[in-house]
Amino acid sequence: MHDVAAHAAHHAPPTSFIRKHVFSLDHKVIGKQYYALALVAAFVGMFLSWFMRIHLAWNDTAIPGLQLLSKTGAPGGVMTPEYYLQLMTMHGTIMVFFVLTTAPFAAFGNYFLPIQVGAEDMPFPHFNMMSFWVTFVAFLVLMSSFILGDGPTLGGWTQYAPLNAVGSVAGPGQGLGVVLWATSIGLFCVGQLLGSLNFITTTLDLRVKGMSLMRLPLTAWAWFITSCMGLTAFAVLMPACILVILDHVAGTSFFVASNLVINDQVQPHSGGSTLLWQHLFWFFGHPEVYIAIVPGLGIVSHILITNMRKPMLSHRTLIYSMGALAVLSYMVYGHHMFVSGMNPFSSLAFSFPTLVITIPSTIVVLVQVFSLYGSKLRINSASLFSLGFISMFVAGGVSGFFLAQPSIDIMLHATYFVVGHFHMVMGVAAMFGIFAGTYFWFPKMTGRMMNETLGKAHFWLSFVGAYCIFMPFHYLGLAGNVRRYSSFVDDFLQPLIPVHRFITVAALLTGAAQLIFLYNLIHSRFWGKLAPNDNPWEATSLEWSTATPPPFDNFGGKHPVVYHDPYQYGVQSSVGDYVMQTSPEQVKTESDEQ
Amino acid sequence: MATTVHEPPQIDPRRLPRQRQSGNGDWGNLRPSDGNVRVALEYSPPPSSTAIWVVLFAVTMMFAAFSSALIVRKGSSLDWQGFALPSILYFNTLVLIVSSLTLEVARRRVTTFMGGGIQVENPTRWLYVTLFLGLLFVAGQYVAWSQLRAEGLYLATNPSSSFFYLLTVTHALHVLGGLGGLLYVIRKLNRSALRRNQLVATARYWHFMGLLWVYLLLLLWMKL
Amino acid sequence: MAKFFAITIIIIAIASAIPILRHTWAPPEDISTHGALIDEQLSETMAEAGISFLAAQFVLAFFIWKFSNPAPDAKLKNFPGGAKGLVIAAFLVVGIEVMALGIFGAKAWANVYLTPPAADAMPIQVQAGQFAFYFRYPGPDGKFGATHPELINEGQQNYYGLDPEHDVDARDDIVAAEMAIPVNKEIHLLMHSKDVGHSFYVRELRVQQDFVPGLDVSLHFTATKVGKYEIVCTQLCGLGHYNMKAYLEVLSQQDFDDWMKKETAMQ
Repeated sequence: MHDVAAHAAHHAPPTSFIRKHVFSLDHKVIGKQYYALALVAAFVGMFLSWFMRIHLAWNDTAIPGLQLLSKTGAPGGVMTPEYYLQLMTMHGTIMVFFVLTTAPFAAFGNYFLPIQVGAEDMPFPHFNMMSFWVTFVAFLVLMSSFILGDGPTLGGWTQYAPLNAVGSVAGPGQGLGVVLWATSIGLFCVGQLLGSLNFITTTLDLRVKGMSLMRLPLTAWAWFITSCMGLTAFAVLMPACILVILDHVAGTSFFVASNLVINDQVQPHSGGSTLLWQHLFWFFGHPEVYIAIVPGLGIVSHILITNMRKPMLSHRTLIYSMGALAVLSYMVYGHHMFVSGMNPFSSLAFSFPTLVITIPSTIVVLVQVFSLYGSKLRINSASLFSLGFISMFVAGGVSGFFLAQPSIDIMLHATYFVVGHFHMVMGVAAMFGIFAGTYFWFPKMTGRMMNETLGKAHFWLSFVGAYCIFMPFHYLGLAGNVRRYSSFVDDFLQPLIPVHRFITVAALLTGAAQLIFLYNLIHSRFWGKLAPNDNPWEATSLEWSTATPPPFDNFGGKHPVVYHDPYQYGVQSSVGDYVMQTSPEQVKTESDEQ
Repeated sequence: MATTVHEPPQIDPRRLPRQRQSGNGDWGNLRPSDGNVRVALEYSPPPSSTAIWVVLFAVTMMFAAFSSALIVRKGSSLDWQGFALPSILYFNTLVLIVSSLTLEVARRRVTTFMGGGIQVENPTRWLYVTLFLGLLFVAGQYVAWSQLRAEGLYLATNPSSSFFYLLTVTHALHVLGGLGGLLYVIRKLNRSALRRNQLVATARYWHFMGLLWVYLLLLLWMKL
Repeated sequence: MAKFFAITIIIIAIASAIPILRHTWAPPEDISTHGALIDEQLSETMAEAGISFLAAQFVLAFFIWKFSNPAPDAKLKNFPGGAKGLVIAAFLVVGIEVMALGIFGAKAWANVYLTPPAADAMPIQVQAGQFAFYFRYPGPDGKFGATHPELINEGQQNYYGLDPEHDVDARDDIVAAEMAIPVNKEIHLLMHSKDVGHSFYVRELRVQQDFVPGLDVSLHFTATKVGKYEIVCTQLCGLGHYNMKAYLEVLSQQDFDDWMKKETAMQ
């Protein structure tokens, strides 16, 4: 148990380079480290998706340079079917774990949660530092599978049993590749558990005077709810990874059934349960979707409120809805297993909570959309990405109506419809949340503004591009195009190849648009326009009341006192149409109170 | 157009320091750290008392996952062969329960010690006893594993032995973590820098390890 | 900028809906007895999801158009009814909508999965392995021979590990690489995985079911239209996953009997 006084309140600014920038205890540095990790991971994941898309559209085309990555996997640059699956697995794993979990939750949460509650730091800075470095090692372990053994595992990010447990006899990467995958994910779980511990205690215990729970901004609530989900989900995935590793290295049979015959050889395992893995995995896997998206809901609401110059119709409704999403997310995981051979009654039992979860999602969207009514909407890169988030979240969300129903799932399961659904609702939407957060908080993190013109260009290309990529996925799925195929040799799928080519072109262009973002990020970091003041967006929450960038102890030795609800916009005050949470000024609201 | 009058910040009386009160969860210190109590601390309970519940929840989820894996794995297989639990486990259980009691004695003594009332003996001794009993428990578990190995039951011999080793080793590792916590508390106490909530958190964790062990023993006893 | 954005959203929303309305990439025609309910469920869901999608995008676009770049003297307003109205609307409209879908969908599901196969359904066993399906018919005796995993030998074409020398039931078993079934006859499909997870997916039949290693699953269906259809694997099973397929031949009873004779002669 750490000494609270010694760490949370009293640790002195470090002086050495290593303690300041590498093994830093400062939550802001750790947040930036997480962001950098997510950025690298996102581009790795994106390049992998390019390779996959090119291969899908033009099967025999050599991709220059790919043979450098793996001589056997891509001889002469032409991808083999197994290498396609290996890249696909890495794309999914990197994106879900190292981008969608780290960026909106660990990166922004680490940086801004303590500031938004008014704390000097997280209560357990050593755990926080470990959280990042364990995650970093997890990433390295995962990456190492590119060069070790016969490459990464090909089992998909869900790593279904018994393919994940029978060993290298089942295909390339199924020996060492799976062990590395499971080690990486196990470590990642440890990192996120440590992170969740800090997030929860920060929110509950380190709020400053006057900061009641309902005065927390929606972002803080989103991170808090996410950390509660993470605590439950990652604590279940970690044991599952341990069991897989034991099946590989210790010869146990947790997941491998008896009498499996591969290459005419009966496998030396007995009686394991293959459905056990699916239950453990999806008990984590479905909440993981919400771990990726709930911070986005918070960030987008926070940014929209600032740019609408009025609070959301109801603060509490949004908080309760996000909480309901978190609770329900544990009751619905079986909808991934409708046709898995699970008891058909269970499928029905999982179907209803899945349909019910549309209600809190709908409430969130309705509140966000109808709050726009009567607002004074400011259009900038951050608010555009936030509005784009809503559009994407709706587009990806409605396809959930289909997949929640076991009867329709018979047709759509394991087709591109599912791929389109989750890419839109948790992939693109969450990415838009990350982008929005970046454009919005960049001035606070660096003291410089990002370039708005480039930001808007980035938005337009990403928004239109994402629809061009992922809407056709749904059509392909409806037509019965099966996912995880490296090429379409079926007579049935041949006519769909033009659609795949369209998607590939769209993906290449949209991916290239992300380079604009990268350029903007790096250029603005060093040469961007200086932020005019500490509060360029005229926002109210605590992060905008401190210096830019925030000093080591966040508030320069002072402890802010909170006087107001988080979003006092549309009021008349001495500074304009808003009152900061730390301002003792009494305010008259312009709009009607509810 | 209504006017909102914002209440001046209310200080929840529950959040005020309860310095004179003894018992769990409050956050009186053995001595004020530097006489300069920070505002953030003044209005918050110390995070380690919250954190320990968070940790215990995560540990619970982890063992719940293992337990459900055991139940599913046993239910779906024909190859399950039970075996008799080594009897030293019952002795170990007793050791762990006694260690909880000694830690409780230590915790109470620290409270009195800290309250500055009657001078009592230094509670460190009881912490050392707890530490010793904890080590004895882990050593006892090691003896149990050796006995099973001598019988030819290894990790991969049968799903029942797999789960036995999995659950007991994971639990033992968590107990070792608790021993680390105890060492930390002893060190802090020797330097007169212990905050009571740290001891309380360690004690909660330790008691939880005892409860968890009793649960695991019952599970193994019923299911193996 | 904002107006342009609003227009973009509307164009995208409409463009997204056009292929759906024109059935450009519709599911292939249903050839099963149970599929009609599923198709109906799908089109109902499509209507409700489509309306929700379009309505949400239009409202979003309209508000962006209307409320960005306001006049300097514009007053902030709240949506009449506030959040309470929206919550009630979400519960009433969406709640009832999805519950109705759920209840009708449960019927379609029960129709496939919660009914027992008819007593005279024709049993066929399918074994999935990396990366092929093999189908086994019990032969005239109506009994499947026992399987012996250690006897499985692809080189000798003993895909199931049968032991005809010692096992009378196995002698007349017919193993084929394609699945032929008579039209309008209920099939009771017994699904067995040889190695890892696979799945049995026939788009036209509205059938998809995973193979669970270590657990034999069964499925029953009736095909109503003669033709040749593809059976594909939809559960990632390894490097040859993309190429794991077989054909389903739905034949008239006469053709089926001929096929059966031919196959029997080949064994």
